Amino acid sequence: MGFAGLIEQVGLADIHARVLAGERLSVDDGLRLYACDDLPVLGYLANLVRERKNGDAAYYVRNQHINYTNICNKLCKFCSFYVKPKDEKGYVLTPQQVGARVREYEEFPITEIHMVGGVNPKLPYDYYLDVLRAMKEARPGVRLKAFTMIEVAQIQRIAKKPLEEVFADMKEAGLESLPGGGAEVFSERVQGDLFWTKSDSEEWLRIAAVAHRCGLSSNATMLYGHIENTEEKIYHLSRLREVQDETGGFLCYIPLSFHPERTELEQLPGPTGCLDLKEVAVGRLMLDNFPHVKTFWIMNTIEISQTALWYGADDIDGTVMDYEITRKRQEETQQRLTQRELLERIVEAGRAPVERDSLYNVVADGAELLPEVAGGTAAGGAGGTAAGRAG
Amino acid sequence: MIGAIGTKVEAGERLDAAEAAALFRHPNVAELGLLANAVRRRKHPQSVVTYNVGRNINYTNVCWVKCDFCAFYRPPGSGEGYVLPREEIFAKIDALVEVGGDAPKSCELLMQGGLNPKLRLDYYEELLAAIRERYPMVHVHSLSATEIIYIAHLSRLPLEETVQRLRDAGLDSIPGAGAEILSDEVRDIIGFRKDRTEEWLEVHRIAHRLGMQTTATMMYGHVETVEQRVEHLQRIRDLQDEAGRFTAFIAWNFQPDHTDLAADGSRWNGMKATGFDHLRTVAVARLFLDNIDNFQASWVTQGPKIAQVSLHYGINDFGSTMLEENVVSAAGTSHTEEMEMESMKRLIRDAGFKPQRRNTAYVPVEEPAEETEVVA
Repeated sequence: MGFAGLIEQVGLADIHARVLAGERLSVDDGLRLYACDDLPVLGYLANLVRERKNGDAAYYVRNQHINYTNICNKLCKFCSFYVKPKDEKGYVLTPQQVGARVREYEEFPITEIHMVGGVNPKLPYDYYLDVLRAMKEARPGVRLKAFTMIEVAQIQRIAKKPLEEVFADMKEAGLESLPGGGAEVFSERVQGDLFWTKSDSEEWLRIAAVAHRCGLSSNATMLYGHIENTEEKIYHLSRLREVQDETGGFLCYIPLSFHPERTELEQLPGPTGCLDLKEVAVGRLMLDNFPHVKTFWIMNTIEISQTALWYGADDIDGTVMDYEITRKRQEETQQRLTQRELLERIVEAGRAPVERDSLYNVVADGAELLPEVAGGTAAGGAGGTAAGRAG
Repeated sequence: MIGAIGTKVEAGERLDAAEAAALFRHPNVAELGLLANAVRRRKHPQSVVTYNVGRNINYTNVCWVKCDFCAFYRPPGSGEGYVLPREEIFAKIDALVEVGGDAPKSCELLMQGGLNPKLRLDYYEELLAAIRERYPMVHVHSLSATEIIYIAHLSRLPLEETVQRLRDAGLDSIPGAGAEILSDEVRDIIGFRKDRTEEWLEVHRIAHRLGMQTTATMMYGHVETVEQRVEHLQRIRDLQDEAGRFTAFIAWNFQPDHTDLAADGSRWNGMKATGFDHLRTVAVARLFLDNIDNFQASWVTQGPKIAQVSLHYGINDFGSTMLEENVVSAAGTSHTEEMEMESMKRLIRDAGFKPQRRNTAYVPVEEPAEETEVVA
């Protein structure tokens, strides 16, 4: 048959044909994908695109997360990380402290520092450049990925310079890419309720496009599972796709699973496992001009992320040091996985682990780092743990 | 290989052991889900996921068998051993009925315990009779094969007579616990004092012959190989062909915390089976066990996310609301408190299905009126 027949049964034969032909899917196609409850069909379709673009690879990165300040004047309802200016729990790391944080992990083979923070109106322009320089000085070989578009908007406001000049300064200080956060959902309605003080979607996209033109690549995120609807999500994806057509500067799309705990939206149940997989799949299918799609395991759980490697994702993020923004109960989401654990999970899922840096340059073939695990699953990876248990 | 298997699945043909093993090694889980979904849709054309209102009562934790994968038992003589007094059992059943309502045989009672040398057939007969008399709304789905074998042994009675007397006293059906992996090679490693493969099967064979329904389970992810998982499924499928009264199949992974097996590196490799493995395992089970109608999710071990996704991997039933769970919780995993009935229904709806309460025999049950009002 077989699979084509099953896809036809759920009414997506035409989309299947377009995916096979490598044709772009329309907004209407996207709405039909969201409306499809037959999860494995979405996975099957997204996997066709994923394997065409990235083969068997499952990329991961070894990085350190630094949050230079938790003080933020944006008051987004979905955030449990920020404190208001003047709150006694507020902190700002000095450039020296940021450098010291970087040195703390000196002995770990980290290739990337991911740094974001609150929008803290008290910080002067030079602070941001000094922090970049401090990290670069503490660890010259590491790639710096920092600042959401929202922070960039604030930094430009303080700098009182054209955005191009701000990015030029940042590049000179060591910045190589932007993580793509702060996009939330491109919808006036959602923004009006959840993050009205923040830059709107067009501003976010404009800043991203300028960054790309200045030679800085970025990722793009979408925060789902709160009050958004599917039309808004498809609009979000299609705007990202349009900007990517213009600039080509997006490396990776990252659907972010909303965690309501300890936010103002705590009463919401939060996204389900089915939705986590659906967002990965629809993102992969719609964003035909994005090279990569990530399943951020800290938010999705490692088990959903393993599965997502067959639902369009080719990147699982990595072994993360100090991730503070989405703290969860220990048993639900471990904050850290060792590289070995991460590789075992990727290999168990039947994919080939590849360590990358921020810019998707290959750092190491993960399978070579873990020959005994890879070898134990020669039969296509899956079933490996059980086979490996033969006692 | 997957193409050829897919063709057989589509034609409704039975898969053989080699094909099942190939599926266990097939990494593309979405493809496994597609096939398992197709079979599930054929058996259950309505987009319904059923669930059951029920509770566990672990009437004793005293057990001499000392299975190395268990963290619940206390050996005879231990100061931490208990046998629940009858009033306490009744109080727990009262709490079940309060939630489940009073339609006849609509609330499932899962009483399971250790192999306690002090408890003979008369203890069980009296308890079952008392429950039957007092609680017509309760369906007693209790005692594993392992317990029944031991009761027969202690009471020096043939197995068949023991099952018959338990049934006559008020045992409505028998849960499939204790199957673990139905391979004596595996049982030798993980619990050598426990009943053998043939013994477990024999209890279910007898129960089926006496007209009782039972369920089949599988505890995977410890020392077994892919081939032994397939062997397990094969034994269950063969018995179902022969006797035919398994209502459901339930798979969960070994929960290692505080168990002797996990502490022994020579027997266990330290890798707890993942949610990814769970999806694959239930999908293969659905594809291979073509003669069993219902497949239950295991949200207690898998948590809400993977349990929900498993509804697209051949699972058509969310299992029991399980007001109390002590056994796997003792080994580290407990997702019970977060799975209240409303959130369970939300997960079912969000996955694209309509929640429908059922009884242990898989017959639909109407929720008590105030419950149904909540359903938007």
